[in-house]
Amino acid sequence: MAKIDLNHIRHAYGPNPQSPKDYALREVHHSWDDGGAYALLGPSGCGKTTLLNIISGLIHPSHGQLLFDGQDVTNLSTQERNIAQVFQFPVIYDTMSVYDNLAFPLRNRGVPEADIDRKVRETLDMIDLADWAKKKARGLTADQKQKISLGRGLVRSDVNAILFDEPLTVIDPHMKWMLRSQLKQLHRRFGYTMVYVTHDQTEALTFAQKVVVMYEGEIVQIGTPEELFERPKHTFVGYFIGSPGMNVMPVKLAGAIASLGSHRIELPAPAKLGDATKVELGIRPEYVRLGRQGMPVTIAKVEDIGRHKIVRARLEGQELAIIVGEGQEIPTEPHVAFDPRGINIYADSWRVEG
Amino acid sequence: MEKTWNNKAWFMVLPVLLLVAFSAVIPLMTVVNYSVQDTFGNNQFFWAGAEWFEEILHSDRFHAALGRNLFFSLVILLIEIPLGIVIALNMPRRGWGVPVCLVLMSLPLLIPWNVVGTIWQVFGRVDIGLLGRTLEALGINYNYVQNPVHAWITVFIMDVWHWTSLVVLLCYAGLVSIPDAFYQAAKIDGASRWAVFRYIQLPKMNRVLLIAVLLRFMDSFMIYTEPFVVTGGGPGNSTTFLSIDLVKMAVGQFDLGPAAAMSIIYFLIILLMSWVFYTVMTNYDAER
Ligand SMILES: Nc1ncnc2c1ncn2[C@@H]1O[C@H](COP(=O)(O)OP(=O)(O)OP(=O)(O)O)[C@@H](O)[C@H]1O
Ligand SMILES: [Mg+2]
Repeated sequence: MAKIDLNHIRHAYGPNPQSPKDYALREVHHSWDDGGAYALLGPSGCGKTTLLNIISGLIHPSHGQLLFDGQDVTNLSTQERNIAQVFQFPVIYDTMSVYDNLAFPLRNRGVPEADIDRKVRETLDMIDLADWAKKKARGLTADQKQKISLGRGLVRSDVNAILFDEPLTVIDPHMKWMLRSQLKQLHRRFGYTMVYVTHDQTEALTFAQKVVVMYEGEIVQIGTPEELFERPKHTFVGYFIGSPGMNVMPVKLAGAIASLGSHRIELPAPAKLGDATKVELGIRPEYVRLGRQGMPVTIAKVEDIGRHKIVRARLEGQELAIIVGEGQEIPTEPHVAFDPRGINIYADSWRVEG
Repeated sequence: MEKTWNNKAWFMVLPVLLLVAFSAVIPLMTVVNYSVQDTFGNNQFFWAGAEWFEEILHSDRFHAALGRNLFFSLVILLIEIPLGIVIALNMPRRGWGVPVCLVLMSLPLLIPWNVVGTIWQVFGRVDIGLLGRTLEALGINYNYVQNPVHAWITVFIMDVWHWTSLVVLLCYAGLVSIPDAFYQAAKIDGASRWAVFRYIQLPKMNRVLLIAVLLRFMDSFMIYTEPFVVTGGGPGNSTTFLSIDLVKMAVGQFDLGPAAAMSIIYFLIILLMSWVFYTVMTNYDAER
C-alpha cells in the first residue's frame, strides 16, 4: 500500500509530439492518497487506460516522474512496482484451470503453496466460482472470464495498489452490484489504494470516496460526488456528471449581473473574469425553477421518468432542461427562474471561483 | 416452387472426371498393374501376384532406405521445429523490421528444389565451393562426396536452410495473433519469460505447430530432388532415400514390377501417416 504521486506526467504514443494534440496524456500532476478509493471517469479516448498503464509501469511516460511513498519508481519495472491491474478486456490463461489462473500471480512470486491455496479459495468464493475451480478456463463464458481476470487482480494481498480498468463491463447487473460491494468491503478490510476506471457514473459515484474526471488527456476535476455535482470545475464535468447534464449558456457579464439575451440574472457574487474570451453560465436542471415568474420559455417536450419529470424547454433560443417534481403541473405560460445556489460561471470552460 | 430435375447436368461433371482419370486414376492403376506382373521385355507380361510385394517387404535394401527416411524426418523435425519457434519468437512484432524479416524468411521458400540442391552442391565442393574451401582452410577435412557423415550433415543443413522459414512463418502468424493485453497481464502477474512462452505463446502456436510438423514430416518423407542433386544418394547408398531408391530401381534398373510394388507400399505408408496426423488433429480440435 502506498501513496502514489504523479509528477507532471505527460505521455505521447508517437515519437515526435509537437502540439498538445499529440499527447494522449497532456499533463497530469496529482497524488493518490494511501488507501484511497478513486473512481476515474471520462469519455472514450481521454487517456484513462494510458494513465493506469503508466502507474503500473506497462508504459514509460514521455515526461514526468512517478513516486511511490516518495520513492522515484519511474524507471522500475512492472514487477518491481508490485501493482495489481485488471484489464479492460479479460485476459485468461487458456490452458490452465480456473484455480491455476488465480494461483499464477502468487506462484510466480514464490508464495508458499499453503498460502496460495488459502488465498485462491478466498478469492474463488468472492467471485463466486468456487464450483469451477478444477475446470479448464478455456470453455468459460465471457462473464466468468472477466471474473477470473478480476480475481487475479485481487488474489495478492501485498500490492501497492490495485488498478481496475472497467472490470465489470460484461457482468450482469445483479452480479455487478455484488462484486462492487465485495470490492468496497475488501477496501475497508485491507485499505488498498484503488483506482477504478469506468464509463458509468453511477458505478463511479457508488464505489469511490473521490471521483477523478478526465477529459482530453487531462484531469479536469477531483472531488467528492457532491462537489462534482454542485461545483463542476469545467463545463465538461457539468455535462458528463448528472442526468441530464448541466445547462450551459453563453452570457455577458457586468459585475454581479449576467445578461442572457435580454434577461438579467443576478449572481450571488461578482465574478473575476481576467481576459477570458468565452463566458458561460452553468446551472443544473435541478436548480431551474419552473413557474409563472421570471424568464419566459417555450416547452418542447416533457419526459416522465418516474420520480420526476424532465422538461425540455427553450430559453432565448438555447436549450434548457428543467427537472420538476412528479406532482407539479406545467403552467400554460411557463417562466423559469434560476436558484442562485446552483449558478456557476465559466470563463473559457473553466469555473470562475466566486 | 417446383424443382426441375434435369440429369443432363451430370455431363457438366464429365470434364473433371476425365481430368482426374487421366491425372490420377489411370497412372495409379498402371502402377498397380505393373506391381502384380513380371516381364522379360517385348511387352510380355506374366502374372506374379503378391510376389513383388513380399520381396520388397523382406528386402534389406527397402528397410535401409525406409530407416534412412525416418531418421532424416526425425532429425530435421527435431532441428527445424525448435529453431523455427526460437526465430519466430525473436522476430519484431512491429516497425520496419517486420517486412524485412518476412522477406528474408520467404526467400529460401521461393527457390526451386533443384536450385537449392545445386546451390549446396556447389557451396560444399572442396575445390570451388565457399563452404568446402573455408572448412578446408580451417583444417577440417570436409568432403561430402566421400564421407557419409559429411554427406548426411550437408543434407540436413540444406533442408534446415530451405525449410525452417516455413516453420518460422507459421509460428509467427500464431504469435502476432496474441493481443498485447496478454503480455501486459503476464507482466502484472510477474510471469517469467519461460512462463510467458509456456502459458501464452505456446498455446497460441499449438495449432500452427501441428500443421508445421505435418507439412515438414510429409515433405521430408518424400524428399527427392535436393539430396539427389547434391549426393546422388551416395557415397554408396548412405543417403539413398526411398524416393531415390525407387527411381534407381524403376529407371536405372528398369525393374518395373518391384518398383511398382515399392511405390504402392510407399504410398500406403504416407497415406497411413496422413491418417494418423489427421486423427490426432481432429481429436485435438474436438478436445478444445
Ligand atoms: N498503443 C497505442 N498507440 C497509439 N495510440 C494509442 C495507443 N493506446 C491508446 N492510444 C491513444 O491514446 C488516447 C488515449 O487512449 P486510452 O486507451 O488511454 O483511452 P481510454 O480513456 O482508456 O478510452 P476507453 O474508455 O475507450 O478505454 C486515444 O486517443 C488513443 O487513440
Ligand atoms: Mg481504456
